[in-house]
Amino acid sequence: MGYKNPFSVLIVNKERNNSVQTDSEVILGILNDSKLTLNQLYSSYFPMVLQLVLKNNGNEDDAKDIFQESVIVLYNKVKSGKFELNSKLKTFLYAVCHRLWLKHLHQKRRNVPSEFVDMEGLESVDEDIAEHEEKDARFKQMDLALNQLGEPCKTLIEDYYMQQRSMQEISEKFGYTNADNAKSQKYKCLQRLKKLFFQTY
Amino acid sequence: MPSAFEKAILSNLLEPKMKSELELLNLFDSYLLGELTAEEKVAFENYRSRYPEVEKQLSEHKRFVKGMEEYADRRKLNAELEAAHRNVDVAALKSQLQPESTRVISLFARYKIITAVAAAVALVTVFGTLFSTGYFSKTITNNYSALRRDINNIRRSQNALIKGINDLPAKTPVNPGEFGGTGFALSANGYIITNYHVVKDADSVYVQNSEGESFKVKQVYVNPAYDIAILQITDSVFKTLSALPYTFKKSGSDLGEDVYTIGFPRDDQVVNRGYVSSLTGYAGDTVAYQVDIAVNPGNSGGPLIDSKGNIIGIINAKQMQTEGAAFAIKSNYILESIGDIPQDSLDFKFTLNKKNSLSKLTRTDQIKKLKDYIFMVKVY
Repeated sequence: MGYKNPFSVLIVNKERNNSVQTDSEVILGILNDSKLTLNQLYSSYFPMVLQLVLKNNGNEDDAKDIFQESVIVLYNKVKSGKFELNSKLKTFLYAVCHRLWLKHLHQKRRNVPSEFVDMEGLESVDEDIAEHEEKDARFKQMDLALNQLGEPCKTLIEDYYMQQRSMQEISEKFGYTNADNAKSQKYKCLQRLKKLFFQTY
Repeated sequence: MPSAFEKAILSNLLEPKMKSELELLNLFDSYLLGELTAEEKVAFENYRSRYPEVEKQLSEHKRFVKGMEEYADRRKLNAELEAAHRNVDVAALKSQLQPESTRVISLFARYKIITAVAAAVALVTVFGTLFSTGYFSKTITNNYSALRRDINNIRRSQNALIKGINDLPAKTPVNPGEFGGTGFALSANGYIITNYHVVKDADSVYVQNSEGESFKVKQVYVNPAYDIAILQITDSVFKTLSALPYTFKKSGSDLGEDVYTIGFPRDDQVVNRGYVSSLTGYAGDTVAYQVDIAVNPGNSGGPLIDSKGNIIGIINAKQMQTEGAAFAIKSNYILESIGDIPQDSLDFKFTLNKKNSLSKLTRTDQIKKLKDYIFMVKVY
């Protein structure tokens, strides 16, 4: 569990809090889960997306949703190693947002401005978006299942599988007499979570 | 550190029996976290390879754990995005991005009332002027008369006349037709073109040639927009005509060009001549020519022929209360309509004549050759 990414060694101390990062710096930042990179992405590209959405029958909340979704698409693509540096980050984000917003407009049956549809020449991001939608569905599924699971199972599962806490720690936190007790509790919780997850998936 | 509990399991690993699900799960988790010692790991891998069922369960578990990790990553990213969003002053960005539209709205708000008043004044002026000049009192259609002949009217007046002389009950003539027009051959194998308004709402349509023979026809195509209808002679007595002597002019005609038409305003062919007086039809209609020619009801659907024997149009209407203003649909719309006919709806192949054998003849000789190709259209 918890893979180490091979780039982290290269980029220790690479984070600076001045100047705009180049595309390759942003990619490395994403791989390294840098908060600075995320903020940089936000300040560099959010205005562009805000303008796109506002101009095309949307409001600032729509812009926020669309932009955040596009960043998630970008993260998925970068982390799965599929992002090629020859496509410019800005163009990629713009294309993703354009596509997402068009989809959104169609779903809401809102007017699609004609010049908006015609913006051809953007690179095709359909595959990335399809992948994202699949992941998004799984995310929502897991979220639902975890919320249905209830306490203390939810926290136990999160502590063990997501926060990577040890069984020892967990049994102390929950007041189990020993780690084996905690383990059988974890087993029961996981069985129930799986059942909930696959029920609706 | 594996607990005593797990050690107990591991000691039994080499025994060929299945473990409980709880034991397995704990083993899987320890294995995936790399908590097993080297020898425990070997023993576990041995065990895995022995039971394909266990192998399958392990990969399912692995996938589920990976799903949970992805979920955790995504939730972390969402939280970070929210945090980053809070750093951005959206309202400031928004106003910076849309200064123009807000200005336009405020301008509109300021001048709303003035605009409304101006628009109202403009409306009153326009309609007041139109009303006072009598624009609304005359309709366009009563100025324009499609030239189909109401044979019944004539028949009735004739009957009345006969009745007056003979004082006998009138016998209804056999199939006199209710309306009539003119049509002419498009091809030798029995396709005939006429006006749409001639055959509109018809129960049945017959054509009669200059010899007085009638043939039943069916409509194969109509185009109300161009006032064109194409008929096909379906009668078995009909014999194919000899090759057409005329062609259809593709290009437009010139102003002042001498033209004539042959039609059936009566029961016999009548020739009228005139010239092209305008390149547009009624109220600027570009589909038609205006022709200075004397035509009467019954001339509708007749060919408009130039001095070289080319068909340049179809007579379809004239303007009332105006001398010498008749209209003819331009020949290129005939060609367009022919092109629109779905070829598979036709019984015979449709070939347009390309050779004009009239060009060198005098008008009287032209008319002699033409008369077999001009038909009276009778509509019931």
